[in-house]
Amino acid sequence: MENATQSNDPNAGATPLVEMKDISISFGGIHAVDKASCELYPGEVVGLLGHNGAGKSTLIKILSGAYSRDSGTIFVDGEEATITNPRQAKEYGIETIYQTLALADNVDAAANLYLGREILTRWRTLDDAAMEAETRKVMNRLNPNFTRFKDPVKQLSGGQRQSVAIARAIHFNARILIMDEPTAALGPAETEQVGQLIHQLKGDGIGIFLISHDIHDVFDLADRVVVMKNGAVVGSARTEDVTKDEVLGMIILGKCPPGASKGPGALDD
Amino acid sequence: MSDEQKEFKESAMVRFLRATEVDTRLLGMIGALLLIWIGFHLYGHFVNDYGAFLTPRNLWNLSVQTSSIAVMATGMVLVIVTRHIDLSVGSLLGFTAMIMGVVQVWILPEVLGLGHPMIWVITVIVGILFGTLIGAFQGFLIAYLDIPAFIVTLGGLLIWRGASYLVARGETIAPVDPTFSLIGGGPYGTIGATGSWILGIVISLAILLMLYNGRKQRLRFGFPTRPMWAELLIGGTGISFVIGAVLVMNAYPWPKGIIRQYAAANNITVPEEGLFISHGFAIPILVAIGVGIAMTFLATRTRFGRYVFAIGGNPEAAELAGINTKKMTMMIFALMGGLTGIAAVIASARLKSATLALGQFDELYVIAAAVIGGTSFAGGIGTIYGAILGALVMQSLQSGMVLIGFDAAIQQMVVGGVLVLAVFLDNLYRKKSV
Repeated sequence: MENATQSNDPNAGATPLVEMKDISISFGGIHAVDKASCELYPGEVVGLLGHNGAGKSTLIKILSGAYSRDSGTIFVDGEEATITNPRQAKEYGIETIYQTLALADNVDAAANLYLGREILTRWRTLDDAAMEAETRKVMNRLNPNFTRFKDPVKQLSGGQRQSVAIARAIHFNARILIMDEPTAALGPAETEQVGQLIHQLKGDGIGIFLISHDIHDVFDLADRVVVMKNGAVVGSARTEDVTKDEVLGMIILGKCPPGASKGPGALDD
Repeated sequence: MSDEQKEFKESAMVRFLRATEVDTRLLGMIGALLLIWIGFHLYGHFVNDYGAFLTPRNLWNLSVQTSSIAVMATGMVLVIVTRHIDLSVGSLLGFTAMIMGVVQVWILPEVLGLGHPMIWVITVIVGILFGTLIGAFQGFLIAYLDIPAFIVTLGGLLIWRGASYLVARGETIAPVDPTFSLIGGGPYGTIGATGSWILGIVISLAILLMLYNGRKQRLRFGFPTRPMWAELLIGGTGISFVIGAVLVMNAYPWPKGIIRQYAAANNITVPEEGLFISHGFAIPILVAIGVGIAMTFLATRTRFGRYVFAIGGNPEAAELAGINTKKMTMMIFALMGGLTGIAAVIASARLKSATLALGQFDELYVIAAAVIGGTSFAGGIGTIYGAILGALVMQSLQSGMVLIGFDAAIQQMVVGGVLVLAVFLDNLYRKKSV
């Protein structure tokens, strides 16, 4: 991309943590994602923006293994990666916090945290006590007010459920974190907490995709934004090079400002 | 009672339940069961001048009759928990029993010789494998070809019943291998008084060990534990129940004819006042208890069980967490088929033959047992012990109605009504508790 050749780019010359190239997928003849490309560097927060139906969630579900792409390539650490289901994505250290949180409502926090990666005893049975103990540690760090370890997560508040989903994503040494509308269901105080968490994870060198349809949610948190419209990438821009209004123009009109690098979905001048 | 007192009383009850961590549903079910038992007994006592329900003989029969439904109900819990249904279990039971009949009556005696000691072993293995294979096949259609379970197993309900007719053109296949028939109970298919006591003591010790281990485990990580009195109460109740069951089973003696036969065969002279030889636990109950323990272990202590409940709670989330939900679905139906195979062993051994009608309407009893036992059609909720208790409730209703002389038409209507009522009560319970 042109962006990589610009001299003021701190990521110039570095290998992206993840690079998606010319990804396409269609559902029943509709091109939900059409030759979309984007990359993510270690310690970088990329806001993936677009209207509802722009294809951002679909693109990210391809990265997390929930959907299988029709064409295109995914590179992790510069090497081609095979990702066709969520298990494989997790093996590459790609963790996702879904907009719906994707929690099994009928089981408790520990069962959700370890879902698919249970701690087993030497008899190959579930080690519930060990899982609960670990969960208590993680949740104490993340959300000290969390005390309801025995209750099914259905009975928890929105913020508590969110912290369970976040704990699950970051507990297993994630390197690439995808957050789909992470603050949509949260109050101001909890949103602030998520912001702090993102700063902290960024400091640890984790690459983060923040997906949102609302520019205000992500503009201050993101280093860079990638805008999608009608399944294609309009362009990408470092947040310091553009204004919120310019990014809004990208989202609504598909019009690329001078500070952004153009994608295939951009409006022709 | 003033409001204040009432409030105090309620909170004492709530505190009691919290301390013992007893499932209120379990208490409700035991209450309903006692109500049915006492109700039928009193009805018999006052209307027919003989209360036949609460007698060792009836309770022993009840335990044997419940076994086959209980075995299948444990599997139906997992099926319903994952938001599926299996309507084919009754027909599959009949088909499997036919196949086993052919194997042990027509084929094996030709190959191994009549009365060969391996006949029953091979027959049982064939039955369980056969059930598992058909279950897996239905599961494959449901999981990989996306045909709804309701349709696949509704088809199965007709197909397997038809197939079992074709096996022997509707003939009854008998007599089954004598050792095989012991699995169905009967005076010889029991473990006797001493055996029952040994079993009762072993189970009592196991209860103590489990409580001790659970407490130790929680202390290891510094989690809150139940107060000591609650632990003792739970252990004491469990053990009294086990000992009570032993006493009842042992109180039912062999009938006179069997005693004469047994005495003649073993050169014992029967004294004037007669011999008292106890039945003790019947083998089918031991099978059902074994299956119940194994299924409880599977459902609560293994990854498989954890995934079953996670899929039931949120299938999409389970998939996103990396669980292979299609493979799980197929395995759950295969397991249901295997359990139906075990139930077919019990049912045909009890009848000492394979008949065309075997297992008819069993699917309704099995589904009703699971639902009465607290398995929710919304998915994600259900327990194995609940389903076994549910099977006992259904069977108690059924044999209670037989004892007081209701005819078959009324029995069917009551069973159907209870199934609908159970789901309604379940809805009420859930709305109140959450």
